[in-house]
Amino acid sequence: MIFRIDRRTGTAVYVQLVQQVRQAVRTGRLAPGDRLPTAREVAEHTGINPNTVFRAYRELETAGLVEPRQGSGTFVRERLPPVADVADLRRELSAWVDRALAAGLDAGDLQAFLAEEVRHRVG
Amino acid sequence: MSDDVPRPAVLTHSFSVERHGRRVLHDVSFALPFGAVTALLGRNGAGKTTLLRAMAGLLPHRGTLEILGRPSGDEVRPRVGYVGQHAPLYRTLSVAETLRAGARLNPRWSAAHAKRLVDAAGLRRSARVGRLAPGQRMRLAVIMALAKRPDVLLLDEPFAPLDPVARTELAGTLMAEVAAEGTTVLLATHVVAEVDGMCDHVVLLGGGRVLLAGGIDEAVDGHRLAVGDDTDRAALAGADVVEVRPGSGGFTALVRTGPPPPAALTWQRPSLEELVLAYLREDSA
Repeated sequence: MIFRIDRRTGTAVYVQLVQQVRQAVRTGRLAPGDRLPTAREVAEHTGINPNTVFRAYRELETAGLVEPRQGSGTFVRERLPPVADVADLRRELSAWVDRALAAGLDAGDLQAFLAEEVRHRVG
Repeated sequence: MSDDVPRPAVLTHSFSVERHGRRVLHDVSFALPFGAVTALLGRNGAGKTTLLRAMAGLLPHRGTLEILGRPSGDEVRPRVGYVGQHAPLYRTLSVAETLRAGARLNPRWSAAHAKRLVDAAGLRRSARVGRLAPGQRMRLAVIMALAKRPDVLLLDEPFAPLDPVARTELAGTLMAEVAAEGTTVLLATHVVAEVDGMCDHVVLLGGGRVLLAGGIDEAVDGHRLAVGDDTDRAALAGADVVEVRPGSGGFTALVRTGPPPPAALTWQRPSLEELVLAYLREDSA
């Protein structure tokens, strides 16, 4: 697994790492039992602080997605927690985007709205 | 200090430096935790280079400087790596001769580590140091410091002479070192974006004094930014304001959180760059 860090988005680096592992697990690119790269490998490849990688891995561990194994690394868990059903949310979002576009908003407006709503809730 | 508070790797207290009868650093106090990567930021002339040189033992200072829990001096000096702005190396030596000299002069030298880093950087051993491009010379100087296996690494503008590819390679080398060895790094720069994602702590200097020092997350969480119209200006009364910057018919304000920020304005979390710029502008105003 190779991480891609985008420094221009306002998204914190550790959040980007968490999102990319979640995405890889969801799409099957990471399978149960797979080992995540070590903090050193990620640090060397991306030039980000290894403490940021530890922080992301801790958060993934708390979420039940990965588990550390003494001395051998961090692995995707054999039994993954059930994922929330996002199909309904996606349908609602899709309908909202259709309405917004029909009302004359452009892609930039939509992204600004979404970013603002998210920022108000999660800082 | 109680037992459960870990001692910092580097501690300065009331640290002052005079040069040519003029005080360049005034009562500088900060602590760097073990394994922290700290950005030393400030405008030109703020005292960054003087601070690093004094910490490396190259300039006399007054006040406290503790490294690895001991007063700075000959005992801890071999555990501190320092790379100055102009990558000080002997220009007439070859890369191989430079490495051999490093091995002779440093008791903690790791030839295997030096070899690995030189190979990764693609430096030719037979090349004369004086003929290397400035970026390559800086990489060799950093390699010389890393091969000493320092516990504390002081770097003065290490990225300035590097091209974009070499810059990401050096960042990777440094961060791998932090991951593997827990090296404590203090790195001077004036490009905030350069250290984003790399540094977890910041020391901000202005006019030889510390304007801000601590963890970057805590520093950012401790501030809020708002944009308002001139009519909202009164809403700032009572807030702990760092900077109010007027614009066309309005203003941008950075405040310290503490008392709840005025409700009339919409407050947002600043970026590190916004935070640093507000402090530096206010300091120069």
